[in-house]
Amino acid sequence: MSELLIPESGLVLLIGVSGSGKSSFAARHFDKFEVLSSDYFRGLVGNDETNQAVTTPAFEALHFVAGKRLEAGLLTVIDATNVQRSARRGLIELAREHDVLVSAIVLDLPISVCLERNEGRGEKTVPRGAIERQQQQLRKSLRGIRKEGFARVHVLSGIAGMDAASIRRHRLLNDFKDEHGPFDVIGDVHGCLDELLMLLERLGYSVSRDKADRAVDASHPAGRRAIFVGDLVDRGPESVGVLRLAMGMVNSGNAMAVPGNHEDKLVRALRGTKVSLGHGLERTLQELEAEGPEFTRAAKDFCAALTSHLVLDDGNLVIAHAGLIEKYQGRASRRVRAFALYGQVDGEKDEYGLPVRYPWAKDYRGAAAVLYGHTPVTEVAWINNTACLDTGCVFGGQLTAMRYPEREVVAVDALRTWSDPIRPLQSPHGPQREPGLLTMGDVTGPLHLETGDLGTVRISAQQAAGALETMSRYAIDPRWLRYLPPTMSPADSSTRTGYLEHPDEAFAYYRKQGINELVCEEKHMGSRAVMLLSRDPARFDAPVGWLGTVHTRTGRQFVDEMTERLLLQRAHEICDSIGLWDELDSDWVILDGELLPWSLKAESLIKDTYASVGAAGIKATGAAVRVLERAAAQGLDVGGLLERTGTRHGNALAFRESYRRYVGDPGDLRFASFQVLAAESGSFETREHGWHLGIGQRLVAAGADLFAPTNWLRVQLDDAGSIAAAVQWWEELTAAGGEGMVVKPWQNLTRGGKGVVQPGIKVRGREYLRLIYGADYLDEGNLERLRHRATDRKRSRALQEYRLGLEALRLTVAGEPLWKVHQMVFGVLALESEPIDPRL
Amino acid sequence: MDIDATALSHLLRKHPGKVQAFSLPIGQAHVFYPEVSAERTTAALMVEVDPIGLVRNKRFRGDSGMLDYYINDRPFVASSLMSVAIGKVLRSAMTGTSESYPELAAAELPLRIGLQVISTRGRDGQDLASRLFAPLGWSVEQEPIALDGQYPQWGPSRYSSLVLSGQVRLDHALRQLYVLLPVLDDSKHYWVNDDEAAKLARQGEGWLENHPERDVISYRYLAHQKDLVALATSGMKATPQSDDSTGSAWEGEHSSARAPLRVQRAEAVLTALKDCGAQRVVDVGCGPGALLRRLQADRFFTKIMGTDVSARSLEQAARSLHLEESSDAERARIELLHSSALYSDDRLVGFDAVVLMEVIEHIEPSRLGALVRSIFGSVAPHSVIVTTPNAEFNALYPDLAAGTMRHDDHRFEWTRSEFRQWAESVAADFNYQVEYRGIGGESKHHGTSTQMAIFRKETA
Repeated sequence: MSELLIPESGLVLLIGVSGSGKSSFAARHFDKFEVLSSDYFRGLVGNDETNQAVTTPAFEALHFVAGKRLEAGLLTVIDATNVQRSARRGLIELAREHDVLVSAIVLDLPISVCLERNEGRGEKTVPRGAIERQQQQLRKSLRGIRKEGFARVHVLSGIAGMDAASIRRHRLLNDFKDEHGPFDVIGDVHGCLDELLMLLERLGYSVSRDKADRAVDASHPAGRRAIFVGDLVDRGPESVGVLRLAMGMVNSGNAMAVPGNHEDKLVRALRGTKVSLGHGLERTLQELEAEGPEFTRAAKDFCAALTSHLVLDDGNLVIAHAGLIEKYQGRASRRVRAFALYGQVDGEKDEYGLPVRYPWAKDYRGAAAVLYGHTPVTEVAWINNTACLDTGCVFGGQLTAMRYPEREVVAVDALRTWSDPIRPLQSPHGPQREPGLLTMGDVTGPLHLETGDLGTVRISAQQAAGALETMSRYAIDPRWLRYLPPTMSPADSSTRTGYLEHPDEAFAYYRKQGINELVCEEKHMGSRAVMLLSRDPARFDAPVGWLGTVHTRTGRQFVDEMTERLLLQRAHEICDSIGLWDELDSDWVILDGELLPWSLKAESLIKDTYASVGAAGIKATGAAVRVLERAAAQGLDVGGLLERTGTRHGNALAFRESYRRYVGDPGDLRFASFQVLAAESGSFETREHGWHLGIGQRLVAAGADLFAPTNWLRVQLDDAGSIAAAVQWWEELTAAGGEGMVVKPWQNLTRGGKGVVQPGIKVRGREYLRLIYGADYLDEGNLERLRHRATDRKRSRALQEYRLGLEALRLTVAGEPLWKVHQMVFGVLALESEPIDPRL
Repeated sequence: MDIDATALSHLLRKHPGKVQAFSLPIGQAHVFYPEVSAERTTAALMVEVDPIGLVRNKRFRGDSGMLDYYINDRPFVASSLMSVAIGKVLRSAMTGTSESYPELAAAELPLRIGLQVISTRGRDGQDLASRLFAPLGWSVEQEPIALDGQYPQWGPSRYSSLVLSGQVRLDHALRQLYVLLPVLDDSKHYWVNDDEAAKLARQGEGWLENHPERDVISYRYLAHQKDLVALATSGMKATPQSDDSTGSAWEGEHSSARAPLRVQRAEAVLTALKDCGAQRVVDVGCGPGALLRRLQADRFFTKIMGTDVSARSLEQAARSLHLEESSDAERARIELLHSSALYSDDRLVGFDAVVLMEVIEHIEPSRLGALVRSIFGSVAPHSVIVTTPNAEFNALYPDLAAGTMRHDDHRFEWTRSEFRQWAESVAADFNYQVEYRGIGGESKHHGTSTQMAIFRKETA
């Protein structure tokens, strides 16, 4: 029985004449979606599996589908005769385009068997001449097929050979996804043995030596493993010593390695290919010469066997000498290897005569962290989840290791400059640092935004498109727009007479979620605002002297630059005075709150809508009452109408009172901080609200000229007295003109049976709601209709936005690239672009 | 003529001793008489609007989403809702006939009409009521309503109370109100369709044909839909003198149709593109496609792309370019893309030139850097053409107050030296050479109205 080895992802061509049993072979060994049959595609595009007239469109469609599958990394089997070289060439090209391996399985059966089977096919019978022709083509093919570019060609001869065959799928050589580390990834060594030994020691490895006191292995007591990013040799003093140690560590399982361009060139030189001996190769060859043929052969075999790149830790970590774009990770092709070893070079040379490398990391958007070397840089920096670890040890810089998953950098200084650099070491950020550059790809839907352990939020193409204009034309600079607050749902409609909203329904919601402890917070009569304060402008790529920003819930700037600056200055002073920076161990903080008065942002809205409607309403109803009174004096029966109109006049006056409460002196700005969102030390969604409100209170105590207090009350749902007190608190608050309250779980971020629960539910006051539902909404006839409102969509959106906001904060804390943060923030705006009843 | 004022109830065909209610789609209308005597009789028409029903009823989606909100002035303003009530409740009085008092129905009567709250919108502002009613023989008393007495600094609201008095036929008076209330308000609560044109011609009979503001009235009544206006005007027996007055007000609302500077600007951009030899062009911020149309018409340009951040503008552009009717080849030649200049976009790479015509001034100065990085840094075409207003030239616009900008959305307008300073630094950062040209009339001291910079990539 023969076992055929097939890479678990890649392309497989079945080759055989009609009637050789390709389809039944495929059905036996592969899953139904893995097999693309040319007959089936004839049927798809031409309604008939035998219709030879549609061969061209059928193969076009087959190639298209195969391409999509390969793009997704799926094993794909082509069930077609494939006896012509030209047919195979197209498919081999397709595999190369997608950087996957292509294998061939040839079913070489006696033609008599095929002809006999063909006879039994009924309508699907193929002309005898065609089969004979195919057989000739197959014979011709078998001669040169191994040179066509297949990774493997399996030939199964006769029915017995076919029946005895089994398929074993094997992993690609670069697939180490089940290795989870921890690892210590070591940058370009270039023969600097002493520095390597120092580094290993600092990393906690103990080195073993042979009788001649040469380092031959190193192991870590905690089982950590080293990974070399390549370029072990050349330029430095002891390439052979480094090779000996690295080979020993790899052979004993204490290390893994990928090849660098210097190893690649060394192998070619050792194989006798003519290569130029520059860049330190000559010295290495001399060292090997002195070491003798046995070690030289071992070194050659070691270097030649290295796989271009490694994919580790469930695909979360990729190691390649020159880095690797996402599309090439876990793939196998010449260009993948070339990129991994040399980077992408387009033949352009810089002023030092060195190839200009395409700054791939700048555009990298992959999920896997990529650690690499190759380009000596002045410092290790994370650029879009990639880091270059070549800190130019051989040029007198440092030898650097990155601990993974800790992402901790450990480095030792070079003992001396072993080789003069051809060009000065570069900044890891490249010649043009463009941290603020975002691409359309970042914000074009559909987007699947991963919010860590909170799941995926999907943004449709339309939603994303809906936010593009707002974000581009009205929002502040994305570098400083690190968070947008989620929308908030009101409580379900109250069934009490005279109420549309009441605390009972908010409590009922949280009770249903199994939550007992809540906090009721006063809902401020201002505009939702996010305040970012920073003592370190560079942290946000901001100009020197930048203090932070205050923006609205849609990312707009609140006040003019001068006003903002004064406000931020004062906010800084107050934070200084309460020792907030030390307490949070941070140079920056993002506060969630409300900016008062509302008229600051909404004055034109108040004038154009509320005051206008109020003026018209008071005048019209007042006049109507007078006319009706005259009619009543005439003895006409206008009783009901007069009474109704009188009530409406009263409502219009009450409406005016409601909006007047929001008119304040715009010079008298206040910020009520009710939540500390994030700082360098973390995001604070799991700190209970008492902590957040406590900081808010201290800010007020230290600077009541800027910070406004948030009144709050803690509630226990299992205590009827506590609930009654909360209801009374709300009644008093709103009777005194307050807007209402927000009810939140005391412990903050809470998961219920169905995932995250609402972070807050608002309960608005009776008088305030006149501004939402109209002066006359409390009329029981009106109220009855208004109670029918759908809060479900509002709630699911609130949760999606909440999760995106939290992830944006976490990414900011983690120092992740701007585009990631921006995607989350953009996502919130995108969700908001779809209309939902604006009164909820 | 000595008239018994109580006859009003006969002309209106509403009993003076009753309070009558009539059901309307938008609520209820009530008719009653607060005052009845031979000297003076007053009839009251009161419309009691159901505000919740108005929002919830999908029928009422006439104008710009105003009725989407519970907070709106419709229940209180004498508007199209009042017209509906007049048309329904006083329909027979609008015909000018009466069985009991045929001579009164056809006579000019001493009438006084009080409208508690009217709304006057639009540029015409406060004198519109006089312009509409005075030519019809009314003496007009208009009293503005304050926005909120507690905040006198807010000034008057857009509402006023109106009293009309004059010798006018009752049917004319009612039909004039029927037509002119929505005109004053410049809004309708329902969707305006072809029927409205016929309605206007019918209700305007006898008073609208020779009204000096006939065009304004038609235009506003028909919700600014030109084709309907044409339909209505053709249905009116226009007398010759009305032709003289066609113009001023119409022009006032439509003068933007002629804008020679726009044309000059587009032509200057086309010339610059040709000077650069740019046949493959992206118009970034193409708007509704003014420049794209010119590029399309000129076969010199072999590949044209228009991008805009507004999806709505792109739809307009697609319509104005007739892409739907175009051949495959033309569709391949012209492409529209929803994209923002502040994000780098690979799809723009490979064109000869990028045009930023009147775009940069719509972007916050703090974010111009992102635009520069995306266009000059990432897309990096051979040529970039930028036009923007010259702030110095604003002094020559008589209507523009000192220190103000030409458009509400302009975030800045630069002087020539500010523009040059910016352009030089961009050119230096991204290896371009820059040439400046003026567009539009030139003044010795203020330069030209529009300024243009042509960036060309320096070749090593």
